[in-house]
This record gives sequence, C-alpha cells and structure tokens, in this order.
Amino acid sequence: MIKPVDILIVGVGGQGTVLASKILAQVGLEIGVDVKVSEIHGMAQRGGSVVTQVRFGQKVHSPIIKKGGADIILAFEKLEALRWLDYLSGDGQIIVNDQQIDPMPVIMGAVQYPQGILDTINNSAANTLVIDALTLAKEAGNIKTANVVLLAILARQLDVPKEVWLKALENIVPAKFFEVNRKAFELGYK
Amino acid sequence: MKNLLSGNEAIARGAYEAGVTVATAYPGTPSTEIVETVAKYPEIYSEWAPNEKVALEVGIGASIAGARVLVAMKHVGVNVAADPLFTFSYTGVNGGLVLISAGDPGMHSSQNEQDNRYYAKFAKVPMLEPSSSQEAKDMVKAAYLLSETFDTPVMVRTTTRIAHSQTPVDTEKRQECQLKEYVKNPKKYVMIPAYGRMRHKVVEERRMALEKESDASPWNRIEWGDKKIGIITSGINYQYVKEAAGSASILKLGMINPLPKKVITEFVSQVDEVYVVEELEPFIEEQVKSWGLSVIGKDVFPRTGEFSPELIAEKLLGQTGAEEAAAAAEQPIPVRPPVLCPGCPHRGMYYVINKLKLKVTGDIGCYTLGALPPLEAMDSCICMGASIGTALGMEKARGKEFGQKLVAIIGDSTFMHSGITGLLDVVYNKGTTTTIILDNRTTAMTGHQDNPGTGYTVNKEETVEVDLLNLVKALGIKRVIEVDPYDLDKVEEILKEETVADEPSVIIAKRPCALLDKSVQPPMAIDQDKCTGCKRCMKLGCPAIVLDGEEITINYTQCNGCELCIQVCRFDAIGKAGDK
Ligand SMILES: Cc1ncc(C[n+]2csc(CCOP(=O)(O)OP(=O)(O)O)c2C)c(N)n1
Ligand code: SF4
Repeated sequence: MIKPVDILIVGVGGQGTVLASKILAQVGLEIGVDVKVSEIHGMAQRGGSVVTQVRFGQKVHSPIIKKGGADIILAFEKLEALRWLDYLSGDGQIIVNDQQIDPMPVIMGAVQYPQGILDTINNSAANTLVIDALTLAKEAGNIKTANVVLLAILARQLDVPKEVWLKALENIVPAKFFEVNRKAFELGYK
Repeated sequence: MKNLLSGNEAIARGAYEAGVTVATAYPGTPSTEIVETVAKYPEIYSEWAPNEKVALEVGIGASIAGARVLVAMKHVGVNVAADPLFTFSYTGVNGGLVLISAGDPGMHSSQNEQDNRYYAKFAKVPMLEPSSSQEAKDMVKAAYLLSETFDTPVMVRTTTRIAHSQTPVDTEKRQECQLKEYVKNPKKYVMIPAYGRMRHKVVEERRMALEKESDASPWNRIEWGDKKIGIITSGINYQYVKEAAGSASILKLGMINPLPKKVITEFVSQVDEVYVVEELEPFIEEQVKSWGLSVIGKDVFPRTGEFSPELIAEKLLGQTGAEEAAAAAEQPIPVRPPVLCPGCPHRGMYYVINKLKLKVTGDIGCYTLGALPPLEAMDSCICMGASIGTALGMEKARGKEFGQKLVAIIGDSTFMHSGITGLLDVVYNKGTTTTIILDNRTTAMTGHQDNPGTGYTVNKEETVEVDLLNLVKALGIKRVIEVDPYDLDKVEEILKEETVADEPSVIIAKRPCALLDKSVQPPMAIDQDKCTGCKRCMKLGCPAIVLDGEEITINYTQCNGCELCIQVCRFDAIGKAGDK
C-alpha cells in the first residue's frame, strides 16, 4: 500500500476538477486504501473557486484536509494555487497549471491579478511543478482534456501503476471521449 | 469491492435496499442528488414536486396508502413543508416515511444556516444523524423500521460535508416490501380537533417510548479512551473529533432526537470534563444542561459556520492543529465569486434594469448572482417566492410612484414553487407590481432539474408543460408579455411601458439556460481600432469580456457567442471573431 496521502485539487468552476477527483478516488479504491473525498458543488459551473479534497490512508476520518496538511496540491489555475498555498505541508509538492483566469473583481478593475504568482509559489513551496496543460491538451486534440493532462502529472507522483489510472479513466469518462482522454493522459504522464 | 458513494447517493441506496417504492423531493443543495439517484431505480416511482410542501404531502399520501416513502429537501425546504410535517407527526404512518433534511453550515449554497435539529424536537419525531456514507445508508434502512415500529415519520439529518463527501460503502440486495394494507381510519388520519386531541396523547406516549429507544439504540455508542476529556458529538463532527482528539472518550450520537438521557448521564459521570462538539446551535448542550449536568459547549465553540479538525484541536487542546505549512502568500488574494455564465439569458435583463435605474425585489436562483458586482441589481432577496410579495409590500408602504420604479424578479422554477400565490395577492389587492419571470426552461441553480414548466419529469419522460402565459392570465393579470431576453431594445421598450402601467403586469423572459443550449456559436472579438475604451460592454458583467492592460478584449475560450455585447457597443467595435 502507498503511504497516506492528502491531495487538494483546486481550480475554477467549469475547469473539470470534479472529473479529475473522481478518477483519483476510483484509483484509491482500486489499490485498496481507505478513501474520503469532499467537494463543494452547487456553484461549480458558475466560475467560482472550487476545491476537492481527496484523502488516502489506512483509516481516514475527516474528509477535509488541515491547513498545512496537503501532501500535494493540484492547481488548475494560478490564482487558485496561491489561494490554497497555506494548505500545503512544509515538504509538500504543488503542481500548477500555468493558466490565468481573471475573477470578476479583476475583470472590473477593482483589484489587480497578483503578479509573479509562480515565483511566490516557487519561493515558498518545497517542490513546485509548473505545467502548460492547455498546450498539451490541444496537442491531444481537445482543449477540454487539460484536466486529464493535469491528472496524469499527479499520477506520475504517486506510486500506482499506470494501468490502474487508465482503467479508472476508462471507467469514468464516456466511451466516445476515452481515446482523446487517453492521449491527453499519455502526454501528461510522459 | 466497496463503492465510493456520496452521502446523498448512499441515502438513495439505503432507500432502495429498504424496499421504498415512492420518492419525492424538490431540489435544493445539498440534497438534490438523493432523488436524482433514486430516479435511476426502476422499482421506485420518483418525482420532482413543485415545492417541498407538496413533496411531503405526496409522501404522506403514499405512506397512508401503505408504501415505504422517501422525501428529501434542503434545510430551508423543511420550513416550506413544516405545516404538513407537524400534523403528520400526529397521524403517524402506515408505510414507513423518512424525511431527509440536508443542512448547510457555512452556507456554501444557502440563504441561511438554520439548525434543523430543532424541527425534530418541535414536531416530536425521531431524528438520526449519520457520520459517513456507510452510516447514511444503514441509518436510512433503520429509519424505516423505526418509522413503522413507532408509527411516526422519521427525519434523517445531513449537512453539506456528509451529503457531498464520498466515502466507501458496502451495498446489499434490495428487500422487496409489500404494500401495507389500506384501511380507512379517520380517527388516525383525519385531524379534526376531536381526533387531533386523541392523537396528541398518542404522540406524547410515543415520545416517551422513543426516549427509551434512544437509550437502547446502537447508534448512540461510547468509545472509551482517556477519561480526562469526554466529548459528546454527532454527524461530521465525530470524524473531526476522531482526527483531532482521537484519544479522548467519545460519546457518538446517531439518534439525536430524542437524546439518550441515561447514556449521556452515565458518560458525563465517568469523565472529568465534558465537551459538546456540535455545529450551529447548542441543541445537545442545552438539553444536557437542563438535566443538571455540567458540560462545555458554546462557551468555547462558535455558533456560526462549519467546524474543522483544526478548530476542535484548538478549542479542546489549545493546539493550533495546523501542521507546518509552506509559507503563506503575503499578497492580497482577489476573491473569486461565482458569476452568471457567459451567454446567460438573465444578464441582458439586469443590464436594462440598471440602465433604467429600477429597484429590484429579488428571488432565489442563478439570477441572484445579479446582486453581485458589477451588476449589483438587487435590493432584496429573502427566500424562494418572496420577490412578488415583497414588491407589493414596498408599493403599499411607499405608494404607486415608488412602485413604478420597481420590479419583482423570479425564476420559472421559483415562480411555480411559491411565486404564484404572491402574484395572486397583487391581483387581489390591486397592486400595480411588474413581475419578471425569467423562464430559462430549467431549475438551473441546483444543477438543471426539470420542473412543471419544462415538459419533462425527473426521468425525462414527456409530460404536460405548464402554459405560463395562460396561467398568469388566469390569475387575473391582463398585461402579460413574452420577450426574448437577448433582444435588449425590446426588453427596454417593454420594461418602460409596463413599469408605469396602472395595473399589474407580468413579463416572461423566455430563453433556455446557456448550459442547456449546446449549439456552438462563433465567439466575439473587439476591433481595437474602433474601440474607444468606453467600457460600456463591461457593464454586462460578462466574464469573457476582460481588461487586458489598456485594451478591452474578449476571451475566446469563454465567449459563448450570445452577441449581447454587439448590441451594447455604440461604436460598432464588436463582431464575430472571424469578421473583425
Ligand atoms: C425552500 C427552498 N428550496 C430549495 C432551495 C434551493 N434552490 C435555490 S434556487 C432554486 C431554484 C432556482 O430555479 P429557478 O427559479 O428556475 O432559477 P434559475 O436558477 O434557473 O435561474 C432552488 C431549488 C431554496 N433555496 N429554498
Ligand atoms: S447555469 Fe444557466 S441560468 Fe445559471 S448562470 Fe449559467 S447560463 Fe445562467
């Protein structure tokens, strides 16, 4: 069994974080660990901040992760990475998609989108990985597969065979989209 | 292998395994997925009722007729269903009935965070509260036995963190359940005063029997640990306590109404100091204190919002609970509130309302997002259906002239939920209120459920589609106009006319939610040579129109091609991306 791991998946409503966490949770079940997933939907499609918490372990109690408790943060957007940074543990890893989505207060010019987010993160996190998932998703053939590209990057960090991931992917995405998603996964996993 | 189920899916599964044959609900976060899941079982008749009161009434009928029934709603939905609930407690059931009440501490998606445990005590019905999906499923099954044994509806309470957390569940086979015999029994089911008085006595006897049951219930259990600290808790907080203070002695309550007085008294006597860890109100604490026992609760724990393992560690053990974290960001982080989607049919209406400087009594749905910047086009929003009555009240208080600068805004699902009676009042009491029904052909906010106006049932079977126009006319409204909310000029013309009319009018703005209409339109682009930077288009509050340095641009990945911005621009600077 892999050691207990707490993963935070953060992003903007509509980016596909929910699907990514579904696949991740399915993988947890496959490898026989206790799994708890907590997500807040409701506003998920309206462009608000979204967060899903996924915990693997021998026995997991709380479905929510403590501040400073996340072993990995998978951030689909830069500002969201920054927002949740204090959930990352001292020796944790943060994977950041190099994408900027302006929230309404920025669009209106009421506040500025923070500059140099990637530097800030790099300076404070023990381990930072920056990914251009949109480009890889385009290469796979559909920009909407950026979530699966990011999931594949996460998959690389966990000690679980690739076949298990692909099987979970196949179980969860609709059959007609499996091929393009598989391609996206391969591109991210490379 | 176990299945990973959300609390809601587990409740649905529990109902299925318990042999339920009728399920009714009105959607509401975080309860919606319960009946969405149940509807997939062909053995169970499922429906979206127009509102929670009707949902419960259909459930009551099915129970009296002998079926096992599931009824589900969000916490505020129980307010709407409270009237039948209180008297149904008197009549009791024939087939077992379980009412799910899904609360939302922290108000992730609600207008208040009321604590519905009081409903169980108030209506004198038992209430169970699960701590995981497995328990949710098992408790629902147990609740049917409780319901039929004690002749009472049973409430099961969840909160967002139970309803929307997925945890592993063992599933079992369905137990088919025969319909109970139906026998006419007016002394039990016809609550005229003479019979009601007799039933109230039965309810009191039942309450005492349930107190004994709670003391014997396997759902209330003690996990002995360190006896210096004892913790009484339930629901999701049990999990937080296990995480934050797992070595303490814990009394985990699963049956929270009535409380197990003997078990609690025994527990309190065995430990040095007792904390009650409960979100929101001191429901357990106050009762325990009323028995003369000494416990600590709301003196240290907040009465608002959600708890977390950190909060519990801090209050109980004086630790911060947080582990060593990566250095937090020092820059201020802009908030990211939800917004109306690109192409949302509600947007244009607010744009025109702002242009005409109208006041708005609002209602609950996606269109409530129009209250946020930059639209900020809402003066009030209280509960579902309140917009129309509130508008009438304002007009009656401040006079007709004030009423002419005021509109009530309400969605299609909300209008059918509880707006019709408000409109009836406008007609009956000679108001001149202008009501705008935003008919986006769905219940969008809660995830696109069908409603009586869409022409489809919960199973996507075709059914009669309410004729809104004629419904409104039949109430006595003479001025009813349908308009496409994408046609801004037309909307403006109609609004100007109707707000000043000396009689009530209803404007039906009809266009499907942008997420329902899957046809792809070409995105827009701004011709920078023509753009004067006046920012008029930005008043639409569309997330696809952004300021990129000095330039206003349209984010092509976000734009849905609704073309509202073309109509708004006075310099002809916006067009389809290919053309400009
Ligand atoms: C009593 C009650 N029941 C349920 C809800 C949950 N809820 C919030 S908005 C909404 C319906 C919105 O539908 P509609 O009025 O058609 O507006 P739309 O979201 O489609 O714009 C529901 C069911 C609630 N807030 N209160
Ligand atoms: S889901 Fe539909 S109704 Fe709701 S904001 Fe988006 S487009 Fe508008």
